[in-house]
Amino acid sequence: MSDASKAPHIDIMRSPLGRARGLGSTHKGSAHWWLQRVTAVALVPLGLWFIFSVVGLTGATREQMTAWIASPVSLSLMLALIAATFYHMWLGLQVVIEDYVHQESAKIVAISAVKGLSILLGLICIVSALKIGL
Amino acid sequence: MRDVRDALMVARNTDGKLVRRPLSPHVQVYRWPLSMALSILHRASGVALSVGTLLMTWWLAAAAVSDEAFARAQWFMGSAIGLLCLFGWTVALMFHAFSGIRHLVWDAGYGFDAPHYNTSGWATVIATGVATLLVWIIGLAVW
Repeated sequence: MSDASKAPHIDIMRSPLGRARGLGSTHKGSAHWWLQRVTAVALVPLGLWFIFSVVGLTGATREQMTAWIASPVSLSLMLALIAATFYHMWLGLQVVIEDYVHQESAKIVAISAVKGLSILLGLICIVSALKIGL
Repeated sequence: MRDVRDALMVARNTDGKLVRRPLSPHVQVYRWPLSMALSILHRASGVALSVGTLLMTWWLAAAAVSDEAFARAQWFMGSAIGLLCLFGWTVALMFHAFSGIRHLVWDAGYGFDAPHYNTSGWATVIATGVATLLVWIIGLAVW
């Protein structure tokens, strides 16, 4: 044995990048953080469009609302808005839960429930939009 | 003291009484600067908007179901409670959007020093108020 191996040290077989990958609260590295930003950026124009549309539809009848969503552009934007909204909501609520719920089992249950509810509400919105729009 | 590390956490207050030092975040002893209030409001408005998606889901699903269901949804939105929900939803959406843009600018690495984050903080508050009023003036005019 050489003197070098006797000195206090830690054997690291993995590269620093390998160690960093998969870290973070979701164990998916930076994907969660990045997708939260991507959906946020998408929601700025989509949200503006939605606000303008909904304000124009104040007090609208079902026919007027159906006619609006039946346009291919409206329907596509609506579907994009729904997908971005519920994905952004799921990611955001997960961070809130991770920050305040520290008991592991309760945290897993809460995060799963939020994920399930986000998907379910998103599906109801998508199916409804398609049903009236197509 | 059960742990020697506690020695650093125990101190005398102005009356000479031994107290534990507060740990951060300790909201009840901090003055609330704008940045701190806006930070928690961003999170609160996000949670409120999540609840608000129930309104959007109801509105879309009702339109897909029947005339009566849609009329019921429209009636609720036009009622006092419905209008209050929609107003709260507008404030939360506008605030979360403007505050979110502020966060995106920080993510890009700009605006971290005090003069900048105070200016952008007040800009967020003012923009939220103006945009909400604008949407409601136009909305009520259309209605």
